[in-house]
Amino acid sequence: MDERQEQKLKEQIASLEKQLSADATELQQMRRQLEIEAALEKVRVRATAMRISSELAETSAILFQQLNELQIKAIRTGVGIFDDANDAMELWLTSYTDTREVIRILDYVNLHIHPVFENIIPARQKKKPYALTILSGEEVRDYYKNMSTYFTLRKQQVYNATEYFYSFFFPAGTINVVASQPLTDEECTVVTRFALVFGLIYTRFLDLQKTEQAKQSVESALAELKSTQTQLIHSEKMASLGELTAGIAHEIQNPLNFVNNFSEVSGELLDEMKEELVKGNTDIVIALVEDVKKNLQKITHHGKRADGIVKGMLQHSRASSGVKEATDINALCDEYLRLSYHGLRAKDKSFNAIMKTDFDETIEKIHIVPQDIGRVILNLLTNAFYVVNEKKTLRQAQGDTRYEPTVSINTQKVGDKVEIKVADNGNGIPQKVLDKIFQPFFTTKPTGQGTGLGLSLSYDIVIKGHGGMLKVETKEGEGTTFIIILPA
Amino acid sequence: MKVLVVDDEKDVQVLFEQRFRREIKNGELLLFFAFSGEEALEYMKANEHEAVLILSDINMPGMSGLELLKHIKEKYEKPPPVVMMITAYGDAENYNQAMNLGADDFLTKPVDFVLLKEKLKATSV
Repeated sequence: MDERQEQKLKEQIASLEKQLSADATELQQMRRQLEIEAALEKVRVRATAMRISSELAETSAILFQQLNELQIKAIRTGVGIFDDANDAMELWLTSYTDTREVIRILDYVNLHIHPVFENIIPARQKKKPYALTILSGEEVRDYYKNMSTYFTLRKQQVYNATEYFYSFFFPAGTINVVASQPLTDEECTVVTRFALVFGLIYTRFLDLQKTEQAKQSVESALAELKSTQTQLIHSEKMASLGELTAGIAHEIQNPLNFVNNFSEVSGELLDEMKEELVKGNTDIVIALVEDVKKNLQKITHHGKRADGIVKGMLQHSRASSGVKEATDINALCDEYLRLSYHGLRAKDKSFNAIMKTDFDETIEKIHIVPQDIGRVILNLLTNAFYVVNEKKTLRQAQGDTRYEPTVSINTQKVGDKVEIKVADNGNGIPQKVLDKIFQPFFTTKPTGQGTGLGLSLSYDIVIKGHGGMLKVETKEGEGTTFIIILPA
Repeated sequence: MKVLVVDDEKDVQVLFEQRFRREIKNGELLLFFAFSGEEALEYMKANEHEAVLILSDINMPGMSGLELLKHIKEKYEKPPPVVMMITAYGDAENYNQAMNLGADDFLTKPVDFVLLKEKLKATSV
């Protein structure tokens, strides 16, 4: 190999070495970029997974940990959130020993307390990426002394000769890095990017806080609504109980009169029996015994009737047991028909209506909550009587006496269902009203006369409570039929 | 004396028949029963002017006792039968309404049968 060849070879090697070194540097740079991207991604992922605002501390810890892993030579890192109204900043710092731990500074730090913070103000106004304050010697000692009201650092604090206080901006605050030497341009770029990511985290934190507050106020509003609803349901029940009371009084009076009368007359019969016994008229005595026996049956019958009415009243006023029992739906309909009729009759003496019943006797007992379905029937009947009475009053005012107010209640077994129809020959329901009748608080009655809850509660009882259906058929001027459909 | 008792409670028949068993046995009283205002009118149509006294309840489903009273007092040209109203609601409004419609007497439930007997005696004289 001659000298010239050797020289050429050397040049080639040198060029290759240069190339290799350049590649290596490029690779290293790429690796660094990837590391930064990976670190930022970890913070983003954690931030996205943040579900409640209290997770902010944990998210911040991950941010600091990633800064640490990127070997940004910081003594301490932290986050500040601006409190513009008070020229202050809420500070969070990482501990010296464990970067995963975030110490929250409870106090808000006034920005005018020290140049380290004061310098942030003009930098922020000039929209610089960061603010930097360099302290050295006595300045460092003074700073920590000044800050000791906010936080205590390690007992044997070793102060660096010079400390660099960086504050990287994001819209709502700063990422703070305290270092013993200036950060390189690359490091500054990295922390700036972290600040941007933290800005996003913080926005998310604020959103979550708002959502939590909204959720809380919605929850308390809901709780309040529920208690109001309970009270309203109770007052609705009491209102319908009031309607019933007069009817019940009348209904109880009749059986009681029979009980009193039949027992009195039985006493007379027994006196007569004594006389006939003395006379030896056995035939008459036997006939009288039969009469007394019959009367005792009547007394028992009417006593039970009164008993049933009182029980029905108690059932109605009591909170629903919510327990489904085998119930004779025809008897239930009949009972409430009488009660609602007499209730209205007691309130309005001139009130009168033709009542028609058509009960399907093939219906066997069905499983329902009798108090609840009783309320529905009572409600529909009260409404029906109300509308026919209104129509009658209206017609009479017009001089027309031909109108016969009629309310009918029918039961019918249809396949595996039982239908209860409550029909009136009132004026029907106009379409625009029909759409609203099941809405809570909707009523066409004058203020104070209806709670507007009757039909909406009825709807809930039939549909939600019994898996049934509540339908309405109406023809303007001709009348309305409500149909309760219950599973048999 | 023929009396038509109008009440929607069916047991009223048994009760009246026992309360007035002596009068019925003696032939002093003849009781007929109708269980609604409509039924009462039908009876009166079929047995015109047989009953001289009508005892009617006011609260009945369908035609009320007051409507029946009005009907009887308006429609009958010949001296109409005596009508006594019986009601569980002994309030002034009910009473005035019955009296305005021409009721001959007004009794409240529970019926005082001793008093009723005296009233019947006075009417038949």
